[in-house]
Amino acid sequence: MTPPPPQTGPPLLEMRGITKRFPGVIANQDVDFDVRAGEVHTLLGENGAGKSTLMKILFGLYQPEEGEVLLRGEPIDITSPSEAIDARVGMVHQHFMLVPTMTVAENVALGIKSDRGPLTDLDAVSERIREISEAHGLAVDPDVEVWRLSVGERQRIEIVKALFRDAELLVLDEPTAVLTPQEVDDLFVILRRMTEEGRGIIFISHKLHEVMALSDRITVLRNGRVTGHTVPAETSRENLAEMMVGRAVKLSPHRPDVTPGAPRLKIRGLSVVGDRGTRAVDQVDLDVFGGEILGIAGVSGNGQRELAEVVAGLRKPEPGTSIELDGQAIDSASTRERRDLGLSYVPEERMRDGAIGDFTVSENIILVDHGSEKFSASGLLNFGAIKDHCNKLVEQFAVKTPSIETPTSSLSGGNIQKVIMARELSAGPAVLIASQPTRGVDIGSAEYIHERLVEQRDRGTATLLISEDLDEVLGLSDRIAVMFEGRVVAIVDHDDATREGIGLLMAGVFDEEPATT
Amino acid sequence: MSEFLTLTVIMATIASGIRLATPYLIAALGETVGQRSGVLNLGVDGVMQLSAFFAYWTVLETQNLILGVLAALAVGLIMGLIYAVVTVSFHATQGISGIGIFLFGLGFSDLMFQRQVGTPRPIKQLQEYGIPFLSDIPQVGPALFEHNLLTYAAFLMVPIVAWVMRSTTFGMNVRAVGENPQAADSLGVSVARTRYAAILIGNTMAAIAGAALVLQLGIFQPNLTQGLGFIAIALVYFGAWRPVGVMGGALLYGLVNATVLQWKAQGIIPRSASDIAAMAPAVLTIIALVVLAGRVRPPSALTRPFTRH
Ligand SMILES: Nc1ncnc2c1ncn2[C@@H]1O[C@H](COP(=O)(O)OP(=O)(O)O)[C@@H](O)[C@H]1O
Ligand SMILES: [Mg+2]
Repeated sequence: MTPPPPQTGPPLLEMRGITKRFPGVIANQDVDFDVRAGEVHTLLGENGAGKSTLMKILFGLYQPEEGEVLLRGEPIDITSPSEAIDARVGMVHQHFMLVPTMTVAENVALGIKSDRGPLTDLDAVSERIREISEAHGLAVDPDVEVWRLSVGERQRIEIVKALFRDAELLVLDEPTAVLTPQEVDDLFVILRRMTEEGRGIIFISHKLHEVMALSDRITVLRNGRVTGHTVPAETSRENLAEMMVGRAVKLSPHRPDVTPGAPRLKIRGLSVVGDRGTRAVDQVDLDVFGGEILGIAGVSGNGQRELAEVVAGLRKPEPGTSIELDGQAIDSASTRERRDLGLSYVPEERMRDGAIGDFTVSENIILVDHGSEKFSASGLLNFGAIKDHCNKLVEQFAVKTPSIETPTSSLSGGNIQKVIMARELSAGPAVLIASQPTRGVDIGSAEYIHERLVEQRDRGTATLLISEDLDEVLGLSDRIAVMFEGRVVAIVDHDDATREGIGLLMAGVFDEEPATT
Repeated sequence: MSEFLTLTVIMATIASGIRLATPYLIAALGETVGQRSGVLNLGVDGVMQLSAFFAYWTVLETQNLILGVLAALAVGLIMGLIYAVVTVSFHATQGISGIGIFLFGLGFSDLMFQRQVGTPRPIKQLQEYGIPFLSDIPQVGPALFEHNLLTYAAFLMVPIVAWVMRSTTFGMNVRAVGENPQAADSLGVSVARTRYAAILIGNTMAAIAGAALVLQLGIFQPNLTQGLGFIAIALVYFGAWRPVGVMGGALLYGLVNATVLQWKAQGIIPRSASDIAAMAPAVLTIIALVVLAGRVRPPSALTRPFTRH
């Protein structure tokens, strides 16, 4: 490979004094950011800090109100993605920009002038893709349709797309959010090889251990402003978290020792057909004891969602499934009956299944029990009682909202989740299913939600925690069940669980003794 | 002897089915291209109506069939441009904009007809041409290989549209823009330009379908299409957004229609029941759509306007 160019002369990219406003928010305020050839410069910040906005400005998707962009020392005005591509800027977006119904080669070829005029030239494109994937260690098959591929493979295609256009500066917006630990390691090797070729990389993440592992330099954004620069050698995860949030945070909650009680949720032979018509969950047996959090680890799409939906009563299992809550069979009970028996559910799609955006905070809080005698009499709502109840919960769960009459959709993700948690925990559930409880939630709220989950466990609730955030599962769970292709392939005690061990199980390496890498 | 008669009748029915399928096929192929780009056009019927009138009026005045088709084309381009400006540039809701186009086409063609023509007068019809040798095959020949030029063109367009969608960069852009416009945009493909082109293709084809309808009949009357354009939209779903599937649907529709007509003429269906029998094709389509529902997936971005913000 070519040696990295000497670090003299202008940086590859300089963004100076960038300001971008959206109605009601300043997404970027006077942001300075630069990248040198051959380095990984990380942009770290909470959800909503303005990272994607800054990168979309670089890529010509948004125009800044103020500030300038210099590429290789020259001022440049990028007004569309094609201009960015021409300037050799490549971007792997947070949400993949792929057409699932088209082949890998077609996806890569989109927007590129064909040598055959109006006709596509997919053979030549496939050939180049093979060359690129060989040169960079990116295994992809150009002829398969994208919908058949795993998330890890899709991400490699995104990188191939950028390399195909010979990007010299590559932006990766939260590329690891959906990868297994092993896939993350592989990705980092690929990225390192690219910097050795003299390309510059902007890495966006809020996963602190990854940021520490990969970055040459780190810039932290908070509420649209740069709040600090550092390098991994001079900082720590706690330190970075503090720069992101603006105050000290506990990264994993204290879990006092609790002796688990009797099994409160008992699942036997649970199988269910998923949306694709294939078996999404295959013969799962699980016991969740009172006073324990059972975490489910797994790459998304391995049956976790369907499992949660079956237990919650939103999806019909196959015959032969048995689910018991405190000894009562609930597998054919309605959601109402399940709730009455003490089941609570914090759904993964919080704005679809968990709350009604147009409803006020208080309406969402009483959504599941507005018919109970606490809140209504002969069909009429008792507004006084509702108000007292909601005000109490809003305070107790530290929901930041102007009032309980505010439409829920105008709250931040973290606060909406707190509203849902307040509703689901206020009943003191026997069994709690929490799906992705802190996804897209700010660190402060996540910290708070974690404390609440542990507190509920200490009170004897049996919690089934489903999360794609391995750190969350490792930090909260008493036991960890790993799901792979619809089956529970292992259950590991908290004290025996390691990132690497769980990561291998998630990737489907479990038959023989775990491979050592 | 009577067997011979039956075969003749069957062949005549097939020939008329193919002829009846022509406007459905052309309109549905055009709508397929539009929908593959993510744009639903409920105005097909209105465009057909209006272009049918202008084709008719032009032929009535000039006796020139080619001019008639050109007039229809112009109507299609104008209507397409309006629809594209409204739905792509101004991001208007496609459903209601399409209904607007339909109502405009229906009303304006009626108005023009009342003012300019008044009472229906017949015009020159499309002439049928036999394909040399093939049309000489006994029985089958005249049924399959003796049709007007627009019918030939319609069936020729099936492989052409399929090929354009599959093998050209334009077709690839159309598919990408209909499935994931953000992705196309991020690679420098102009979503707006691609959708404009697809809409214009869809509307000009609807216009040709209108011309084919009126020039096959040789006469115009208000509400000539009787919802044919809506059936064409249903056929796009029926054909799962694939030209060959759409052709299958159009042929099925044409043949069932022809059979019902035939049976009515022969008195197999009693007069009193003939209106009910006339619903047969529509009922068949609905049944087919229900059976197909859930098995095929429309383009993901269908009916969704695209914006970067
Ligand atoms: N297209 C948009 N319209 C309005 N507000 C937006 C838009 N994009 C982002 N924002 C707002 O700008 C802020 C920064 O968002 P974003 O750049 O996506 O953050 P990050 O990528 O760091 O999570 C957030 O408050 C977000 O709600
Ligand atoms: Mg982002």
